[in-house]
Amino acid sequence: MADATMGSAPVSDGSERLTTVDGKPLKAALMAAEAKARRRAFFLVLPLLAFVLVTFVAPIGQMLHRSVHNPGFTEHTDLSDGTQTEIMVNLRGWFEANPPGTEPDEAAYAALAADFLVLRELRAQGAVGTRINYEAPGTRSLFTKTARRAERLEAPFKEAVLDVDEDWGDPKLWQVMRDASSAYTINFYLAAVDLEKNETGEIVSVNENRQVYVLLFQRTLILSLLITALTFVLGFPIAHLLATLPLKYSNILMIFVLLPFWTSLLVRTTSWIVLLQSQGVVNDTLVASGLVADESRIQMIYNQTGTIVAMTHILLPFMVLPLYSVMRPINPSYVRAARSLGATSWTAFRRIYFPQTVPGIGAGALLVFILAVGYYITPALVGGSDGQLISNLIAFHMTRSLNWSLAAALAALLLFGVLVLYWLYDRLVGIDNLKLG
Amino acid sequence: MALPKHASPLEKIWHYCYLVICGLIFLFLIAPILIVIPLSFNAEPYFTFTEKMLSLDPTGYSMRWYDLLLTFGMQAPDVPRDGSWWSDAWQNAAWIQAAKNSVIIGFFSTILATVLGTLAALGLSRPEMPYRRAIMAILISPMIVPIIIVATGMFFFYSQVGLANTYIGIIMAHATLGIPFVIITVTATLVGFDHSLTRAAANLGATPTTTFFKIIMPLILPGVISGALFAFVTSFDEVVVVLFVADFDQQTIPRQMWNGIREQISPAILSVATILVIVSIALLTTVELLRRRSDRLRGISQS
Repeated sequence: MADATMGSAPVSDGSERLTTVDGKPLKAALMAAEAKARRRAFFLVLPLLAFVLVTFVAPIGQMLHRSVHNPGFTEHTDLSDGTQTEIMVNLRGWFEANPPGTEPDEAAYAALAADFLVLRELRAQGAVGTRINYEAPGTRSLFTKTARRAERLEAPFKEAVLDVDEDWGDPKLWQVMRDASSAYTINFYLAAVDLEKNETGEIVSVNENRQVYVLLFQRTLILSLLITALTFVLGFPIAHLLATLPLKYSNILMIFVLLPFWTSLLVRTTSWIVLLQSQGVVNDTLVASGLVADESRIQMIYNQTGTIVAMTHILLPFMVLPLYSVMRPINPSYVRAARSLGATSWTAFRRIYFPQTVPGIGAGALLVFILAVGYYITPALVGGSDGQLISNLIAFHMTRSLNWSLAAALAALLLFGVLVLYWLYDRLVGIDNLKLG
Repeated sequence: MALPKHASPLEKIWHYCYLVICGLIFLFLIAPILIVIPLSFNAEPYFTFTEKMLSLDPTGYSMRWYDLLLTFGMQAPDVPRDGSWWSDAWQNAAWIQAAKNSVIIGFFSTILATVLGTLAALGLSRPEMPYRRAIMAILISPMIVPIIIVATGMFFFYSQVGLANTYIGIIMAHATLGIPFVIITVTATLVGFDHSLTRAAANLGATPTTTFFKIIMPLILPGVISGALFAFVTSFDEVVVVLFVADFDQQTIPRQMWNGIREQISPAILSVATILVIVSIALLTTVELLRRRSDRLRGISQS
């Protein structure tokens, strides 16, 4: 590979520099060769890197942009031919001319009425109403109603508009419209952590009975921690057993860990539904053995229990495999030495064996926690209402409420958390050490 | 793990308790997967063992749910089963359509992920690779980033560039999700790679291409195949991205299962699950054999 073969040319009286055959200084030739090798390595990676940047990084970047950018109140896109028209121009002018908190005057209402004429022509009142409705719930009908009467609105506009619906006088609504008149906003992030702006633009927490997101983030964290702890409690003994048995036997037992790992997630989730439902195998066994009365079958699925049990089962291999790969090379003579020096088996385990497994515990726990925090499929299928995680709420806003910017903001917060953990994992464990079976 | 002769009674008791606990944990791991197999032969539409099944009465068992997999969605499922019945099943049965889609998407995304991933792994395992750590982190991240975020991002992106509702879109998405597995397995195989072999090949006059196909490829092939199998399984099991970016009639097996579980769960799902379990047993066996072969090739002996 090395192109910098040393020249046998008339070099060596010591004063001249070393050169290659074609007379280049050796140092430069070496640097060129190294640069060439670096380029060659990089060009091997480049196609994949470009592919991942296009199919993965760019979409996520675009989604992040969407979490701070929502042009629903500034721009209308015609669905049939894709032409974009600026809307709410007059109102934006008024907002720019008057500082926040100004009582909307006749000029403001006149601007509003003029903008409504445009909306009606574009049939954009629904989209605009939806945009405002995200932040001021219950106002969408206000827009559709007013647009219907837009042509009949006459001076004095303030009275005319308030006559259509007196909710137009709500200062909160005007604050929301002021914020929305710029496409870039952080309001979706505020909403994602249960905050909002009040009439004067100060950031306050939302009404207590509308606070859902912080609670859900907390629940996701707590459930993920619980699942990580459970996988550790279940994974440690079997990893230890696998690591101490002769390879002949441990390879066979390893199948018990690897088969779930290779089996479809949906299959495993289905199995838990079958096992845990109220007419399922576990309840039937309990009833048949007389432990539980027939009428008081335990509800174990479609609630938090279902999520915890199924996710623990699904994520257990991710704990066992790193633990195993750390435990396998541990030299048993350390524990034997401790025993021969008078330690009880518990002390030997606690002081000698356990500390050597800590890197494996760290790797497994971090991996399980990272995967658990973003879990979607299992909670969606077996979680019922109180076993849902933050991912499920993102999916809800994507597919049901269609508040995409809020979904993007929630996703961005989740992504940030996961990336911090990923960075930590890379620092502590190293992604190179990720092992699959 | 044998207990020494001088172990105290307490230690002996603990040792056996420990073995029992481990047995129970293994049961917890494997039982849910195996339980679906007998239940899928249930003659009744229940998810539990009927009394007939428990007493091993043959009438308690049937293949009706497997039959339903074939007939569901067919135009004329009740006619005699001749050639035209089978061609009807092949063209119209919902599960067969889903299986076809899954295999097509899985096949092409695996090819894409494996080719790009193997090339990149070759580059990444060279010591002179610049920014190795950062690039590796980016390439592994599809495995770490929550799938709902990936699906959300792709939904917006694909609908803008016109890839939504296309097979190419799904294949690209699934290839992205499979790439981390290819990279991990192939770089793991390359860790023990003896680079003097490539130098020897070059020394004997082989071009880099010849060296790659004659020397490198046969040695890393087991790792590449396991990576490819991982990528295939990832695609074959993926439902969220398909739900977000695929067209309504682009059904895949996991999507069909997802719908089945959400709407009306019937034992037909269990028969699909059984088939998938058997497929995963076959895959696991293949990967295990490949791993042993790779270890042998690299001269790592099993003790």
